[in-house]
Amino acid sequence: MSDKILMAHGSGGQMGHELVERLFLRYFDNPILAQLDDAAVMEVSGFKFQVSGLSNFETSDLKLAFTTDSYVVSPIFFPGGDIGKLAVCGTVNDLAMGGATPLVLSAGFILEEGLPLADLERVVVSMAATARDAGVQIVTGDTKVVDHGKADRLFINTAGVGVVPSGVEVGGGRVQPGDSVILSGAVGDHGMTIMSQREGLRFDSPLESDCAPLHGLVAAMLGALSPDGGLGNPPIGVGMIHCLRDPTRGGLATTLNEVAGKAGLGIEIVEQVIPVRDAVRAACELLGLDPLYVANEGKLVAFVAPEAADAVLEAMQAHEYGQEAAVIGQVTDKYPGRVVLRTSLGARRIVDMLVGEQLPRIC
Amino acid sequence: MCLAIPTLIKSIEGTSARAEIGGVERAISLALTPEARVGDYVLVHTGFAIGVIDEEEAQETLRLLEELAEFYTDEMVAAEMAPPEESGPAV
Amino acid sequence: MKYIDEFRDPQLARNLLANIQAISKQQVRFMEFCGGHTHAIFRHGLRQMLPPTVELRSGPGCPVCVTADADIDRAIALARLPGVILTTFGDMIRVPGSHGSLQAAKAEGADVRIVYSPLDALQIARENPARTVVFLGVGFETTTPGVAASVLEAEAGGLDNFYLLSLHKLTPPATRAILDAGEIRLTGVIGPGHVTTIIGSRAWEFLPREYGVPCAVAGFEPLDILRAVAGMVEMVEAGHPGVANTYSRGVRPEGNRTALGIMERVFEVCEADWRGLGRVPASGLALRAKYARFDAALAFPVEIGPTRGHSSTSRCRCGEVLRGMVEPPDCPLFRCVCTPAHPVGPCMVSAEGACAAWFKYGGVDV
Repeated sequence: MSDKILMAHGSGGQMGHELVERLFLRYFDNPILAQLDDAAVMEVSGFKFQVSGLSNFETSDLKLAFTTDSYVVSPIFFPGGDIGKLAVCGTVNDLAMGGATPLVLSAGFILEEGLPLADLERVVVSMAATARDAGVQIVTGDTKVVDHGKADRLFINTAGVGVVPSGVEVGGGRVQPGDSVILSGAVGDHGMTIMSQREGLRFDSPLESDCAPLHGLVAAMLGALSPDGGLGNPPIGVGMIHCLRDPTRGGLATTLNEVAGKAGLGIEIVEQVIPVRDAVRAACELLGLDPLYVANEGKLVAFVAPEAADAVLEAMQAHEYGQEAAVIGQVTDKYPGRVVLRTSLGARRIVDMLVGEQLPRIC
Repeated sequence: MCLAIPTLIKSIEGTSARAEIGGVERAISLALTPEARVGDYVLVHTGFAIGVIDEEEAQETLRLLEELAEFYTDEMVAAEMAPPEESGPAV
Repeated sequence: MKYIDEFRDPQLARNLLANIQAISKQQVRFMEFCGGHTHAIFRHGLRQMLPPTVELRSGPGCPVCVTADADIDRAIALARLPGVILTTFGDMIRVPGSHGSLQAAKAEGADVRIVYSPLDALQIARENPARTVVFLGVGFETTTPGVAASVLEAEAGGLDNFYLLSLHKLTPPATRAILDAGEIRLTGVIGPGHVTTIIGSRAWEFLPREYGVPCAVAGFEPLDILRAVAGMVEMVEAGHPGVANTYSRGVRPEGNRTALGIMERVFEVCEADWRGLGRVPASGLALRAKYARFDAALAFPVEIGPTRGHSSTSRCRCGEVLRGMVEPPDCPLFRCVCTPAHPVGPCMVSAEGACAAWFKYGGVDV
């Protein structure tokens, strides 16, 4: 095989097949993908949800979650991750924010002619490892190649299917006044890591992307509210988790604004308790940026009925991806649709949604 | 114009220095502050140190502000300021 | 973070506010010249914490906001020249000129790159010897010495593909222009802390001496700003206008002599066009003849066509906002037509602009 991606790899001919066999099949190794059919077929019968060769469990009613996202980050390799890890975690997390257990993903690649095969292999290896850790399989995919200059090295699209356990119903519309707003950890890591890699803005920092799959954390949170835990048995109290969101592009501020808007309620948060790493704070100060608007790829914010907040918080803090979880505020019926911050000085101000990009400033 | 951040000089090589804040390090130019030494804090704006921070003045300023605290009793503080809204997240 | 966190101490802030409340009797209007101060005041919620006797007005201290349409048009025209890499500070790329912004030009294929420092622009020039690198020099006295030092470095290194479009401006003349215009009664000026690190607190003595207006040079943390306000209220109540250096850890009376020397070596004073203030004599900086070979305007004269000042054809009141005559909510376009998503004027586009700050932080009475 050549060491660079060529147009021929995308034309569906022999070189394309070789690429699939020697790279994708080799790492995304599973019986469904091995069929190389056009669609991955998953049987649904009665109350049993069976994905052949993968997993078996029962659920009393079936709600499927389905999502897709495309990944175009540059640079494709960065401290803490790469575009492949992002592509798996991002879609897994979208499913998890819907309360779903992620099962399978698709992966579509758009490759730039001239991309070194070693780079593609590195990305694929990372995706396979991330998928394995997340307990999902990549069961179908596609590859296209475009002329040099038409894609920034590579773009990836992943779509995912998951199952929502009964009793779990999350969404902006379920948020109530009085709900506790719980953030799973420090914000700003991913965005500042990417920013620090950009030409002209480079600085050395202990920063790493926080890219991580969060459905395990969500399962732990749901588990804390059900007496026997786990899926498949009607859980009690899981309905007290009203909404889950992952604050990706636009940061925590934008996500909170989205929920406030959707719910038609206000959200009050306290500056002092929002966890931010020193390095993120410092990098933001240097560039004149606000951590509240910086992207995260391994964090979630949960809107939880107040009587369930303690149990959920405890479960989060006991989990690998929620150790720095904190209650950062609450939902209110004042200022509907707005997010209000109590500053460290005790004053209150609006936190607006991000418009456009946050740009480094000199002033 | 305005955004200058206090950073600590970790090392100097010619007119360049490594400056650090909160664990983040960057190369900066000392062309405008040739008098800066390792261990000094400098204000950094667009990659240049524009001034060396006077540690004594900083402490003096804080001391003056602390003194204001002795001047005003808690009652005076409470009475003279519009009290912030008591309602808020229970955090 | 040292020298930042201590100056955000909530208890000390409350004490300062109590102090201000206790001594403030007369109604005062202070102009915070600098966009960075406007930003900090809003971010920490200081406006609402000050007593009603103290009113703050934003001034023209946002170098991005005061860049004239014609100058932005010139920068865009340069960016469009074949082989040019236009390097700029981030805040400039969204500012609208007569026909779009640098960001729009970038979307159409111009090579526009955001840099943190003029030194990064030098590096880009070194790494791309076949290209022409133009650095968009925007900024006041805080920024200009670094740009001057970069020109000297380019000269020392024999760089022949690095150019500067100097739009640099000086702050004391702008302050004079506002006071001379007499459009707004100011009881005091909050002096820009980092500009004053360079020019020295003595540079503001003309305010009390010629205009009877006190000035307090302020840093950018909440305690710094409150201290400056307290200092000026004191001076007003005592009837003794002067210059108070409340940012003594970063400002000296004589300023930074090295920086001033480098600035003077490379630049000479000229007149400049300020959005909102019009032409202000002796308020801009141009490269001296000795460094003319780095002057982008000389090396690449570009046709910029008639300047379609959008502010003159629309009801945008950026000019008056910059002069402190009105506050953003007084502009008919504010919030309903002019928003950060669809900005009409630079005061909304720039993160430092008064309108952007009001929109972002001051939306609701909280």
